[in-house]
Amino acid sequence: MSSFRPRFLPNRRHILGGGASALVGLTFLPRFAMSEEEKKLNFYNWDTYIGETTLADFNKATGIEVKMDLYADNDELFAKLKEGNPGYDVIVPTNDYVERMIKAGMLVPIDHAKIPNMSNIDKKFQDAAFDPGRKHSIPYMWGTLGIGYRKSKSDGVIDSWKVLLDSDKFAGKLSLLGDAQNVIGCTLKYLGHSFNTTDPAQIKEAEELLIKQKKNVKVFADDNGQDLLASGEVDACMEWNGDIIQVMKEDKDLAYAVPTEGTLLWQDCVCIPKGAPHPENAHMFLNFILDAENGKNIADTIQYATANAAAKALMGKEYQDNPAIFPPEEIIAKCEPGIYVGEEAIKIRDEAWTRIQAA
Amino acid sequence: MESWKDNPRVFWILALPGTFWLLCFFLLPLGIIWLMSFGEKTSITDVAITGTLANYLRAFDPVYLQILWKSIWVSGLATALCLLVAYPVAFAICFAPARWKPLLLLLVILPFWINLLIRTYALIAVFRTNGFVNYGLAFVYDLVGLSALLGPFQPLQLLYNDFAVIAGLVYVYMPFMVLPLYATIERLDRSYLEASLDLGASQSRTFLSVTLPLTMPGVVSGIILVFIPCLGSFLTPDLLGGANAVMIGNVIERQFKAANDWPFGGALSFLLMYATFFALAARSALAGRKSGMEL
Repeated sequence: MSSFRPRFLPNRRHILGGGASALVGLTFLPRFAMSEEEKKLNFYNWDTYIGETTLADFNKATGIEVKMDLYADNDELFAKLKEGNPGYDVIVPTNDYVERMIKAGMLVPIDHAKIPNMSNIDKKFQDAAFDPGRKHSIPYMWGTLGIGYRKSKSDGVIDSWKVLLDSDKFAGKLSLLGDAQNVIGCTLKYLGHSFNTTDPAQIKEAEELLIKQKKNVKVFADDNGQDLLASGEVDACMEWNGDIIQVMKEDKDLAYAVPTEGTLLWQDCVCIPKGAPHPENAHMFLNFILDAENGKNIADTIQYATANAAAKALMGKEYQDNPAIFPPEEIIAKCEPGIYVGEEAIKIRDEAWTRIQAA
Repeated sequence: MESWKDNPRVFWILALPGTFWLLCFFLLPLGIIWLMSFGEKTSITDVAITGTLANYLRAFDPVYLQILWKSIWVSGLATALCLLVAYPVAFAICFAPARWKPLLLLLVILPFWINLLIRTYALIAVFRTNGFVNYGLAFVYDLVGLSALLGPFQPLQLLYNDFAVIAGLVYVYMPFMVLPLYATIERLDRSYLEASLDLGASQSRTFLSVTLPLTMPGVVSGIILVFIPCLGSFLTPDLLGGANAVMIGNVIERQFKAANDWPFGGALSFLLMYATFFALAARSALAGRKSGMEL
């Protein structure tokens, strides 16, 4: 949960930072020293989304000090950078936001010559439809949106969106996510449409199904479905796979399923936003996390599916063969990456979402 | 009293920081949002101010009015509950021994020392199915042996419904009701109460015809201070509310974030603000007619 802060005024950090560096430049530093970047990097990341020692290791290897700020969702990231970069060098948007930010000219092209470790990236992720040629983004982690559930409360295997979207099996004990794009997208998938459809009739169909199902929904949880599940507040929830896997480690009665109808295949990418004060350091950081050993440390901590093939090879069987992390190929084939559907379609979905909430 | 005109330089120097603050951090951002509410999105990040009224027209769609209406009654109910609880509390503080007063007032404002978000999360721990309330109830239930009669304790569903939202709002905004009430009750001339009782009025009559009218300004400020922030709240319904909890604040928040539609968000914000101004103006007009009642 985050509060919205308008970014119209010249940012304080900007003024202070700009003023301070101007002063430093004027007084102390000889001209040639300016070409070398100061040993700093501002990293804007999701919570619990980097290896335990990665930042310290990077500091040890390069002498660059990383300052990490956290955001809770892509909208927060986007709203913060929309009115100008407040000083971040590296950000981690999800694929549809990468696309949106490329279209809005908010990302800096990445110089592949400075990132030799790009060869470690899994072949599947070397290129991407949302960023042809990987000009602006480096794949970081990927995963699915699926169903987290409590085994002892759900006789039988759960493998369909039906239990969440079109049944009273978990009446009053289920939660869906709290955002329009993903909930409506998964409902569209259940109805046999595309996750990214812009057809108002299909979106209407999803809206009607969700309004019908709403009496069974306990809460539209923003990003805490796994906590609700772990604390027994709900017995089934729509959640991101990594979140459920993290609570599964503590409670063996929990499980994660990728619905057979297919679901959203997301991919978080590491990017350099426009106006980044330390682009050289940012490239070094990107290269560093693509290293096999460093990538392994990250995957080890956060338990998401890494796009780094060399890092995956170093991980144990428990990780490599976990179907909750790496779903079987035939299910992946039915999944879709989220694409940026355009402002008009976002508006249609948002209005549908408001009607669902108010119904 | 000295007029500010006698010493204009001192006046301006003293007024400058406040004016600057008001202008830069209040009026200017508000003005930009106001302008934007007459704009249209031209790309993902750009808004053109075209003077269109489309955003306001869209805000009058029944679905938004319905959410607004729900926000009004939720806020109204929360305000009424605040008043019911806060009045006796303020009274008790006023009539407490003088050495206790600072401590009691401190207790009222103590929650402000902790961030609203954290207090709301704490409420989740209190209300949830395996939370402190249900834990306590289950303990008492087993203690008096009801489990033998009626079977095991069924936890109450206290979280993720309208009850939780209203309880959260009452909890968060209670100090805003207690403090203005305390201020007016403290100023109340107690000889009026004695006179009323001496002249044969009952306790309840004294309260209704003397105490209440004399403390009305505090009641009104308390209502305003609680009702307005309740109306715009989005965090409480977001965290504590269930599938039906959405309030107008949540819709506005979404326009600035997920929906990326600042012009429409601006229009909704300003409609909410106009409604509030209207209520305040109506109130002062009414008060003016009755005369002599200061806020």
